[in-house]
Amino acid sequence: MFDLHGYFPMILEGMLLTVEVALLSLLIAIILGLIGALAKLSKSRIARNVATLYTTLIRGVPDLVLMTLIFFGGQIMVNNIGDYFGWDYIDISPFVAGTLTIGFIFGAYMTETFRGGILAVSSGEIEAAHAFGMSKWKVFVRITFPLMVRHALPGFSNNWMVLAKTTALVSVIGLHDMVYNAGVAGGSTRQPFTFYLVVALIFLCITGLSDLGLQWANRRFSVGVRKV
Amino acid sequence: MDYNVIIENLPLYLSGLWVTIQLVVIALVAGFGIAVPLALMAVSKKTLLRYPAKAYIYFFRGTPLLVQMFLLYHGMGQFEAIRESMLWIVFKEAYWCAITAFALNTAAYTAEILRGAIEQTSFGEIEAANASGMSKSTLYRRIILPGSFRRALPAYGNEVIFMLHGSALAGVITINDLFGAAKRVNSRYFVPFESFITAGFFYLCCTFCIIWFFKWVEKHWYVHLRPRSS
Repeated sequence: MFDLHGYFPMILEGMLLTVEVALLSLLIAIILGLIGALAKLSKSRIARNVATLYTTLIRGVPDLVLMTLIFFGGQIMVNNIGDYFGWDYIDISPFVAGTLTIGFIFGAYMTETFRGGILAVSSGEIEAAHAFGMSKWKVFVRITFPLMVRHALPGFSNNWMVLAKTTALVSVIGLHDMVYNAGVAGGSTRQPFTFYLVVALIFLCITGLSDLGLQWANRRFSVGVRKV
Repeated sequence: MDYNVIIENLPLYLSGLWVTIQLVVIALVAGFGIAVPLALMAVSKKTLLRYPAKAYIYFFRGTPLLVQMFLLYHGMGQFEAIRESMLWIVFKEAYWCAITAFALNTAAYTAEILRGAIEQTSFGEIEAANASGMSKSTLYRRIILPGSFRRALPAYGNEVIFMLHGSALAGVITINDLFGAAKRVNSRYFVPFESFITAGFFYLCCTFCIIWFFKWVEKHWYVHLRPRSS
């Protein structure tokens, strides 16, 4: 269909990196989101305020600005701290900066999603668990979390789709992902449109496949729910 | 932290802010203009109208805005026909490439929001309109579209914020918007914290203005849903 002049393996390599960044940052986002949601629902006012500040700031500033801030600024900050403790020069790679930033940004979105999910779990379930003498941790692991998944899943799917597309931004801070490689290949073959179109189609495949997977998960987690 | 650099370069940031506002407003207006017919096509019963609209929405929602922008900015020069046509005046300039990409992108998201809102129109309203003998176009103009705009408002507010955040990508293709200004200040003085935090602060202010504006509009458009004041 497309004449890629032998650059296809390079695009595929970039794709692997894109998927790696996406999955790793998703992991970070889930962890941060759970911590954030629990903090927002906790009784401690400090935890609530910190979580609110986190979600408001992150959701108010473009991801590109945050990413460059962490990539360029984080470098200086880490080395300033390093100077203080007498460490060697630490180089923050675009991979680390990109993954951390995307995880950090989507942690804020996940916080809101998970908070909504936890609130939707009926309090009777949690009361019953407490009545059985489960510890707080056990209540969360055995009752709240599994029940929350169903309510959080639609928002989670949405966040994941946006996250997968946001990974394209790591090319801006110099990571050799799919978009970056397409730029290189397009430049040397003078066919940028073809290569960017291929990348766009790969992104469509990624989002399309995850859509199927998430629909399956949604069905599985809603097994016990009657539909109108 | 050295904020003298920022104060010296404040005019650069302000002109960047102005460019960002231009980009966002033009893209939103044009995008909305495309989105309304697109949404109507997407709810149409005619397959020939529905499928192209759905494919457009699927493509633009499923691919990153950065790639769409690169397709226009770097990609259009690949075609001899475009380079020799009138279109090249548009695609030669990074500014118009960015606006075109943003408008096409936001059109897809807005159309999807509107489609959902149109499909939620309660059937009683449509029946009542039919009973009063309205033609199809009057039905859309007077009943379905106004109600849908109202239902779409909260989601559209989010889309406007996403557009503002997406517009930072313009800084990547040499446009001196807010992000471009921050990039320039950073590369000239190497002050990553100060330069990007300042840009982030401006974006944050814009975001709050948008949220506040939509709250204000909602107050007017949702008057009938508010509890009656005694």
